[in-house]
Amino acid sequence: MNIFASFKVALIALRTNALRSVLTMLGIIIGVGAVITMVSMGSGAERQVSERLQSLGSNLLMVSPGASRQGGRRLGGGSGMELKEGDATAIARTIPGIVLVAPEVRGAAQAVLGNINWSTSIIGVSPDYLLARDWEIEAGRFVEEGDIRTAAKVAVIGATVREELFGESLAVGQTVRINKVPVQIVGVLKAKGQSAFGSDQDDTIMLPLSTAKKRILGQSKAAPDAVQLITVKVQQGVNMNAVMEDIATLLRVRHRIANGAIDTFSIRNLQEMQEAGQEATQIFAILLAAIASVSLLVGGIGIMNIMLVSVTERTREIGLRMALGAKQRDILFQFLVEAVTLCLIGGLIGITIGTGGAILVSNLAGWPTLIRVDMAMAAFAISGLIGVFFGFYPARKAAKLNPIDALRFE
Amino acid sequence: MAMGALLIETIGLSKDYVMGGETVHALRDVSLSVGKGEFVAIMGPSGSGKSTFMNLLGCLDSPTRGQLFIGGEEVSRLSSNRLAAVRNRKLGFVFQQFNLLARTSALDNVQVPLIYAGMSTAERKDKALKRLDEVGLSGRLDHHPSQLSGGQQQRVAIARALVNDPEIILADEPTGALDSKTGEEIMALFQTLNASGMTIILVTHEQNIADYAKRTLTFHDGEVISDTASSDRIKAAQ
Ligand SMILES: Nc1ncnc2c1ncn2[C@@H]1O[C@H](COP(=O)(O)OP(=O)(O)OP(=O)(O)O)[C@@H](O)[C@H]1O
Ligand SMILES: [Mg+2]
Repeated sequence: MNIFASFKVALIALRTNALRSVLTMLGIIIGVGAVITMVSMGSGAERQVSERLQSLGSNLLMVSPGASRQGGRRLGGGSGMELKEGDATAIARTIPGIVLVAPEVRGAAQAVLGNINWSTSIIGVSPDYLLARDWEIEAGRFVEEGDIRTAAKVAVIGATVREELFGESLAVGQTVRINKVPVQIVGVLKAKGQSAFGSDQDDTIMLPLSTAKKRILGQSKAAPDAVQLITVKVQQGVNMNAVMEDIATLLRVRHRIANGAIDTFSIRNLQEMQEAGQEATQIFAILLAAIASVSLLVGGIGIMNIMLVSVTERTREIGLRMALGAKQRDILFQFLVEAVTLCLIGGLIGITIGTGGAILVSNLAGWPTLIRVDMAMAAFAISGLIGVFFGFYPARKAAKLNPIDALRFE
Repeated sequence: MAMGALLIETIGLSKDYVMGGETVHALRDVSLSVGKGEFVAIMGPSGSGKSTFMNLLGCLDSPTRGQLFIGGEEVSRLSSNRLAAVRNRKLGFVFQQFNLLARTSALDNVQVPLIYAGMSTAERKDKALKRLDEVGLSGRLDHHPSQLSGGQQQRVAIARALVNDPEIILADEPTGALDSKTGEEIMALFQTLNASGMTIILVTHEQNIADYAKRTLTFHDGEVISDTASSDRIKAAQ
């Protein structure tokens, strides 16, 4: 008996009991459907996070003041506790394998143009910041060395700020009051979208580091050259951990931190953050697999149950087929094919519903989803395996029947 | 008594059923032979072992003791797979309750034995059409059992029994579920088949049905108590 004939016989048998077949498939349909929807949502979220982290560049180190991973302990500020512009210069000068070092300060400010008032974040930067953070210039120019030296009242604005203040009209060359200081717009940045943490990166104004500190944010008397973050771009192919270690050693010396004492700075590796994100999605995937296995197990038991009922109901048919020459393996195969067909159809319906669910979620809730063809194919294959696994016992029971007992069964 | 070559031979064939510690001797030491081309009717009271004997001949059940040879091969020793092959190739069954597959066309029903014989679709259809024509049902190919009369269903069953060119037709009360006129028509069909050389063994309770056969075996309490040529019996009656 060839495989096509078997599937045809199975389909006919399933069609004669259509409602029962569908009810039996329900477990598989729900299991597969849920898995497909959840995997699509998980993959979509994972891709979004990794794309955003990637947009920062993976060979970046972030040096910031304050100890990391030291429980809840707060270290008091003060001399020697802050990062300074000098630290950035020292890193750039002494550590090998580095492309750029970009110190920055951050703050919030009001930007006013005519009667438009926009609160935004401002960043005091050095010229290297553009390359270090992979920004691009849309119009005009970026902050230059000369601007830093003279603390020039110039600014480069992000796409959101440009949109809010200028709409369709030209921004470069205009003057905006930032915290009441008139500043000339010299450049506009290309839009970058949301950050890995969901904030709008384009809602920002960049000023020369010196301008931001002296004129806009107001600098602390104790540490006039303090910076909040130093971005270090490491050369491609250079060992990030070695560079991190070198920077830490340098800063410990500069900050006079005794051996074994707690560091007053922390260095984060973006790659590590990316890996941490992946770890989270892996945990999500394991959870998903657990839910999926349970629902597929339930579905499989449903299939086994119905196949057992079917074998009992059709005992006389089995006896007849044996009388007409069916071997044990023909009967085994017939019922196995029936169980597998049931599961495969259930799997297909589940994949369709799950995909539809994912599309619905992304359209209605705006959640990023990613339909994974490999997952759909795996789900289909697993459905088939469930059919084989849970169909085997009933099929074997049918095949082991004694012809005459089966034929006389009432 | 055998007409052609020896086709079936039983030696001390016995079947016991053990039911709750009590043994029922359904068949006791039956030794007989049937030749090729014979038409045998088996009679006897209810519970005398007729069906038990037929089931053993049909390789559907295995004897407690004794031997059964079909075409010289000792089938009482074969594995279940080999028995399935014997049933498929050498035997054709006709049942009292027709036993057709429900919701399956006459044409597809007749093809079932050929599917298990591993025959190609075209060849299967060819053979089935030929046999359905032979039993006078070429006009009912697409009918399902529920759309056929009892007599027509039994004809489909006979076409199915014949389709893989068996050596023997085994029929346990083939007219038992039919009215007497339809029963006679079925017997006439068997007679035609036998005339063209087919060996037929059937069980019946009715004398007029048994009269179609050429030889009558009478069972009683698991034993064969008489074995007569029908012509002798008719002569004796005159
Ligand atoms: N599966 C079984 N288990 C136990 N006893 C059985 C079984 N099958 C048959 N018997 C017994 O074996 C004996 C012979 O039964 P069998 O069916 O061969 O009779 P029969 O001659 O065909 O009768 P009928 O004319 O009523 O069909 C009976 O006493 C019956 O009760
Ligand atoms: Mg009987």
